[in-house]
Order: sequence, then structure tokens, then C-alpha cells
Amino acid sequence: MKRLFPAPWLSLALWLLWLVLNLSVSPGNLLLGALLGFLAPLLMAPLRPLPIRIRRPGVIIRLFFRVGRDVIISNLQVAWGVLVCGSRPPRSRFIKIPLDLRDANGLAVLSMITSVTPGTVWSELALDRSILLLHVFDLDDEAPFIEHFKRDYERPLMEIFE
Amino acid sequence: MMPLWVEVSVALLLVLSSVFALIGAIGLLRMKEFFQRMHPPALASTLGAWCVALASIIYFSALKSGPVLHGWLIPILLSITVPVTTLLLARTALFRKRMAGDDVPAEVSSRR
Repeated sequence: MKRLFPAPWLSLALWLLWLVLNLSVSPGNLLLGALLGFLAPLLMAPLRPLPIRIRRPGVIIRLFFRVGRDVIISNLQVAWGVLVCGSRPPRSRFIKIPLDLRDANGLAVLSMITSVTPGTVWSELALDRSILLLHVFDLDDEAPFIEHFKRDYERPLMEIFE
Repeated sequence: MMPLWVEVSVALLLVLSSVFALIGAIGLLRMKEFFQRMHPPALASTLGAWCVALASIIYFSALKSGPVLHGWLIPILLSITVPVTTLLLARTALFRKRMAGDDVPAEVSSRR
């Protein structure tokens, strides 16, 4: 079973994705989707993905909405920053954030969050994963930002993945 | 025939989405430096894309008088794939700027 389905959640997600994309649960689509869910993880196995353990679904949902909210706020801030950049150039800079999260999957999700948020760009992660270099579009004081980053993103990810 | 509120909200969402895409493009032109320029285009791939997806969900749900939710897959797949290019660009730019001796932070890893 483990050999046939190395990543059962991924298989299930791909199967559902196929059915939703086709908006149909006809036998043919059920079969094609199942084939996709069966073959894709086997083809990806040579990449040796790290085994993943996901806990605390409540935290995941809260993080999801938190990120959605922050992305919308960041959109408005960056849009405003662009519109007024003639009279008030954005205070863009790099900041270093000390990290406690070490799990590779958690860090991958963290990099997704920072890349999706318009106001931040993930620039570099130290080899020992202890420091993150982040480019921020417009930032006045870095201490509150680092605190928000660690409290709202890093801590939930540590609860989910570690 | 569509109900009026559907037409109005779909139109508003589409206009909002194009406004954000436009601001993103203006930002790309007006920003002075590479890393600053990486931020505004993200407006198009986040709120811009979300508004179009929401508009398509509302429109087709009203057209078929049932929930047609697969438009949400676009924002989800975008948020999985966009970071790949963003990270690649940021890492490359940082590497090249360091090689050129520009004003960017030094490597955060301590050498062994």
C-alpha cells in the first residue's frame, strides 16, 4: 500500500482536482483522475519528497484566512505606495529575521506566504535555516514587522509541521 | 436574463481587477531599483486574479443556477507556482548584485 501510494494525500488532492476541473463525476473522469492520482506521486518519488505530517487543522484554517487578509492589506499598501511614489518614494529595504522554524515543508510554505504577499520578497535563507533575508517594499520600523511575522506566520507553521 | 446585482457585482470585480493589474504595471515602470520592482507585479497575480476568479464564480453560478466553484483553483494554483519564479528572480538578482559589489546585504550564512 505504502509502495503503491507513497503520498496518499497528494493522490487524493490530484483526484479531486481532476474532478473539479472537469466538473463531472462520470465513470471515465473518475478513472482518469484516479490514474493521475496514482501515477503522479510515483513519478515524483525519485525527487525524494520529505514525508509530511500535518496536524492541527484548526490552525491551518486560521493561518489560511490570516494570510488571505494580510495579502489584501498588502495589496492596498503596495498599490498606494505605487500611486504616491512620485512625492513619497517607498522605504524599501532588506531585513534579517531570526527563524526558529526548521522543518523544510514548513519553510516552503513560509516562502510561499512571503512570495504571494506583494509587500515582501523572500531573498535568502541561511544554510543552517536560522536567518531569513527578506526584502520589504515599504517599512518604517522593523521590530513590529518582525514580531508580526514570527507571531502570525512562523508560530502557526511550527504548530502545524513540527 | 441575469439579475441586476449579478451584473453589477461582476462588472465591479472585473474593473477592480484591471485597476490592480494596471497599478502593478505602472509600479513596474516607475520603481527605480530591481528589488523594488519585484513587488508591484504581485498585485496582478493576487488581488487582480482573485477578483477575476470571484467574478467568474458569481457569473457562471448565476448562469447555471448552481454553484460553479472551480474558478477558485486558479488563485490556489497561482499561489503555488508564482513563488517559484519570484524566488528564482530574487536569488539570481542578489547573487549578481553581490558579484558586482552593489549595495546589498552580505550573505546571511556564516562560512564553515
